[in-house]
Amino acid sequence: MKLGNWLALFVALVLAAEIARLLRQRAAQHGRWRRLFRHRTTSWGIGILAFLVIIALAAPLVAPFPPGDQLGIVDLKNHPPSWTFILGTDVLSRDVWSRIAWGARVSLGIGALGALVAVSLGTLVGASAGYYRRWVDALLMRGVDVGLALPRIFILLMMVALWDRLPFAALVLAIGLTSWFGTSRLVRAEVLSLRERDFVVAARALGAETGRVIFRHVLPNAATPIIVSAALGVGNVLLLEASLSFLGIGVAPPDPSWGSIIADGASTIYTAPWTILFPGLAISLVVMSLNAVADGLRQALDPREEMA
Amino acid sequence: MTTPATTPALLRVRDLKTYFVTEHGKGTARAVDDVSFDLYPGETLGIVGESGCGKTVTSLSILRLVPEPPGHILPGSVIEFEGRNLLALPAPELRAVRGNQIAMIFQEPMTSLNPVFTVGDQIAESAIIHQHLTRRAARARAIEMLRLVGIPDPEERVDHYPHQLSGGMRQRVMIAMALVCHPKVLIADEPTTALDVTIQAQILELLDRLQQELGMAVLLITHDLGVVAGHADRVVVMYAGRVVETAPTQRLFDQPTHPYTEGLLASVPRIDTPRARLHAIPGQVPAATAWPSGCRFRPRCPYAWEKCLEEPDLLEAGSPGHTTRCWLVTEPERRQVKR
Repeated sequence: MKLGNWLALFVALVLAAEIARLLRQRAAQHGRWRRLFRHRTTSWGIGILAFLVIIALAAPLVAPFPPGDQLGIVDLKNHPPSWTFILGTDVLSRDVWSRIAWGARVSLGIGALGALVAVSLGTLVGASAGYYRRWVDALLMRGVDVGLALPRIFILLMMVALWDRLPFAALVLAIGLTSWFGTSRLVRAEVLSLRERDFVVAARALGAETGRVIFRHVLPNAATPIIVSAALGVGNVLLLEASLSFLGIGVAPPDPSWGSIIADGASTIYTAPWTILFPGLAISLVVMSLNAVADGLRQALDPREEMA
Repeated sequence: MTTPATTPALLRVRDLKTYFVTEHGKGTARAVDDVSFDLYPGETLGIVGESGCGKTVTSLSILRLVPEPPGHILPGSVIEFEGRNLLALPAPELRAVRGNQIAMIFQEPMTSLNPVFTVGDQIAESAIIHQHLTRRAARARAIEMLRLVGIPDPEERVDHYPHQLSGGMRQRVMIAMALVCHPKVLIADEPTTALDVTIQAQILELLDRLQQELGMAVLLITHDLGVVAGHADRVVVMYAGRVVETAPTQRLFDQPTHPYTEGLLASVPRIDTPRARLHAIPGQVPAATAWPSGCRFRPRCPYAWEKCLEEPDLLEAGSPGHTTRCWLVTEPERRQVKR
């Protein structure tokens, strides 16, 4: 690590803390958003996520080495953490910290986009099934049953077998399109109960059309489970991408993702545990932060939560 | 307000039949079975009857809000609003009537408001849908409506959520929502049932005042005869999915003709005639899947005789606008013979 990298890292840390602080300050002035920060964990979650996103964006600045460079295959492989290699090097003598910083782009990108695709699709399908019921419901839910019955990893393996290496966008789509089944069931159940509520009849009596009734009156009341499932979904997608990379069918090497870093380090788990410890830690941090933020959002979005 | 017979009706309901298919083949519930009535401009028409007689289904049928399935309105039913049959209207035109020309307020102000939107948003919605107001203009309209329905501090209340308001306040908000577009007809389905008595009186007075200011017709659906006596011009009494008696309010209270109406009036506690026991109509409303044959009130009627095995039409009961579905009109001497 050169001085410049330390400086960049420090700036990233300060920036993340500042973002969390600013958001908190802005929220304090708006009644409903104040509840977002009721628990300290939400601020931490937002801060950690902001930090990791900044690292991903500023990878060239915070990473001392290019992620694919083998720095010295003879004497620098499996080098333990030191001032030069703060998180050590892997079996191919690549700097783990640099790979994690660059890998954040791929992992967070696939996580966020994949979860977005999955949750949007799941919400749309679940809302249609729950609102229209009858044959629409039967058709969509049998489809979901089939989707849930097929092991997801096999579908993805099949796609990879058919198309060889998947480009980034195709990987996002492949993951997104196979991850929405759970969300759709959740949303359907929620919509089924909401559609019978009096305020839905009242909205129709006001002359609102079906789309408006679903999107303005029904779905906002189902926001809580949708948001929670989105936050958990990012974590799941992240893990799925990690297992795909672990199986060697994720992101094309030598591009790093957190999953592929772990995969590369798996063989040296006893001799060089830092190669899997730190990317694993990064994944856990993201998932935990997302859970904390989801919890805060749930409280902020539900006006029935009393102000405390 | 009295209604000259020459004015054309604003809302004509004819032969309305709304049936529900029950699950597991237990048969068809004929919740509303051949109901006809007229609503004239500017009047208040009360629809009374006990629970399960089809009042609410009638009101939902008018705007085609009956859930389908299991419910369906039978062909041959007519709901004519300003000359157009609402039951034959394509969906977009029907939506243009809902909330705009005919508005509705519901029984439960607790559950009829969307918990995740401010009351201002909800009042503004109808104006945004029908009059394409901008958000800013709609908000101003919402504040104006809150003031109209007598909510203090409307500028502040407009940003409140339903759970921050009391039941009476919420019902005022419901009324504000319904009246944003100045509808010609307001259907009020048990607007005060969920409220306590003092608030009830306030809400009904508010409705009376707004009706005069805005000149709309009100269809007041209730099981409370006291409410009808104080606020309706004419009354339609429903029993077992049918209209059993129609009369101007005064006439109905002075001279109820149908034994069911008679029973209803007798079961209201009165302050001027002390009585040890309150009158009760024996039995209960039969299930809508199995209405009795002949006159549907026959099993509970104190005067019933053989002729009641055949159900009468609505018969003229000796005063303009007063009709009754009972043979007693043709054989009044039978009233002396109680079972």
